[in-house]
Amino acid sequence: MASGERDVSEVALKGASAPLAVSSSRAAVLKRLRLTDAIFHGLTRGASLAVLALLSGVIIALIIGAAPALGTFGFGFLFDESWNPVTERFGALAPIFGTLVTSFIAMLIAVPVGLMVAFFLTELCPKMLRRPIGIAIELLAGIPSIIYGIWGLFVFAPFLQQHVQPLFIDTFQNVPVLSILFAGPPYGIGMFTAGLILAIMVLPFVTSISRDVFDAVPPVLKEAAYGVGCTTWEVFRYVVLPFTRVGVIGGFMLGLGRALGETMAVTFVIGNAHHVSASLFAPGTTISASIANEFTEAVGDLYTSSLIALGLILFFITFIVLAIARYMLLRLQRQGK
Amino acid sequence: MATTATPSRASSAAMNSPLYAGRRRRNAIAKGLAYAATAFGLGWLVLILGVLLYHGIGGLSLSVFTENTPPPGAAGGLLNAIVGSVIMTMLAVAIGTPIGILAGTYLAEYGRHDKLSSVVRFINDILLSAPSIVIGLFVYEIMVAPMGHFSGWAGAVALAVIVIPVVVRTTEDMLSLVPDTLREAAASIGLPRAHMIVRIAYRAAQAGIVTGILLAIARISGETAPLLFTALNNQFFSMNMGAPMPSLPVVIFQFALSPYAEWQKLAWTGALLITVTVLGLSILARSLTSARKS
Repeated sequence: MASGERDVSEVALKGASAPLAVSSSRAAVLKRLRLTDAIFHGLTRGASLAVLALLSGVIIALIIGAAPALGTFGFGFLFDESWNPVTERFGALAPIFGTLVTSFIAMLIAVPVGLMVAFFLTELCPKMLRRPIGIAIELLAGIPSIIYGIWGLFVFAPFLQQHVQPLFIDTFQNVPVLSILFAGPPYGIGMFTAGLILAIMVLPFVTSISRDVFDAVPPVLKEAAYGVGCTTWEVFRYVVLPFTRVGVIGGFMLGLGRALGETMAVTFVIGNAHHVSASLFAPGTTISASIANEFTEAVGDLYTSSLIALGLILFFITFIVLAIARYMLLRLQRQGK
Repeated sequence: MATTATPSRASSAAMNSPLYAGRRRRNAIAKGLAYAATAFGLGWLVLILGVLLYHGIGGLSLSVFTENTPPPGAAGGLLNAIVGSVIMTMLAVAIGTPIGILAGTYLAEYGRHDKLSSVVRFINDILLSAPSIVIGLFVYEIMVAPMGHFSGWAGAVALAVIVIPVVVRTTEDMLSLVPDTLREAAASIGLPRAHMIVRIAYRAAQAGIVTGILLAIARISGETAPLLFTALNNQFFSMNMGAPMPSLPVVIFQFALSPYAEWQKLAWTGALLITVTVLGLSILARSLTSARKS
């Protein structure tokens, strides 16, 4: 740094009217500046290391907490259906099964619907309505999950029980596979209901990410397709979708991550039964619902530890799903550049 | 983005061949499905908000804000739960925001391209979408189990863990929107980096950073899962952070699943309050900055 620049910096800091300091105080000021800069640099670096420590802390705490259960049951924990606090025999099969099934139902509905909403928003929607509708869909994502839960329990589940589930059971009574999937009695609560509510919760995620990646398609590509006479749908299907495939899949994964870990909405309507049942109408449980329902009431170290082990499994599953999602979205970003 | 007009359907004879008819039909079906899907999505929003208003607004009275949660079968309000929620939310923001802003600053300013930043960015994204119940378990392990009892502090820390990644993300995004020419101008008059960041970059990104904090508050004010076994719940009014503390979401959870009509009614009212708060905050955050979050 030339000495002239130092003068300016000092003046800039002290205000233009301050007289130029003598050289000894100038050195002091510079030293102070260097010190505060170093401190600030250290602070920000420390904070970002804290973020790292946080995640490692989560993993370590869960592993330590889960160790007694995993030590007792070993790998069999993953494949054991029993969940008996009295005999202290625990297995994660039912919660894992419930988590996967409800998330699968959710994605089965949310993915096509979300894609079509994004198609509407980017290609069909009048410009004026685009922002309000986009915000409205995102508000769905902002509604706290406990609200979905209370709504699901008091409004949605009774509705399904009275109108939808009997219809399904009657219709598919004699269809081979479906008669097992939709076997009665219609409880209202259960994996089917939980899956549907998850679908509504995941929908805005899929929509907003799909819309963002669709918006990133260079207009030239679309215009070229329109230029050779493609219909709106053909442009979407054969130009926009293939171009954004990676990002769209990333969006699905983010939605899936949310569905897997969702707690409160599911806890209200899943029924909390540790059974693996072929019927979607049967009550079940998910990892997060088991923890939410039982953790504060768990007596005995092994019971608590088994629940924490469930949490560890959930974290592990979502970690993988989210990592894939981030990787795919990142790849799209690079491709865009 | 630039809209591309659908080519006008020229009335040439070729356009009427079965092939074209089929394509047009498929296009019409797809468009119809898109409209239907959007109506479906918006329908849920209307339905949920409608039900919430229908059930919640009847119970809304002054006593909700002046009385504590009642024992079963009696009338009462949600005062202790509201106060508990506000205290824990404020504390969580007080703990989480400085860490979040500093970490976001590192990502956007000091370590824009270094290896640490890309790792932290990735980890932060994982934390951002990590299941909140797992965060609850984590805080239970590090605070509740060693201390031997549930406490408001543990609840606040659990919420802070959720605040941090949100603030990190928005701070970084907003700082990277600040044009580099501003930074260069500051550097050219000899301003050290720290001073440039605090006096120039922060000021330029102010609205965005505040948006991030608002979004974080919106996110945690509805969070239930991490509070279930950290702050637990409390039937009574309590300002003691060392003791179990009531919060609105947990009270809703408990009351909604109870068999008592009065409790269920209060749960609906509480649900309405939370939703109005959360939606209000996110709309406010959106109006502060028009830049879309990714």
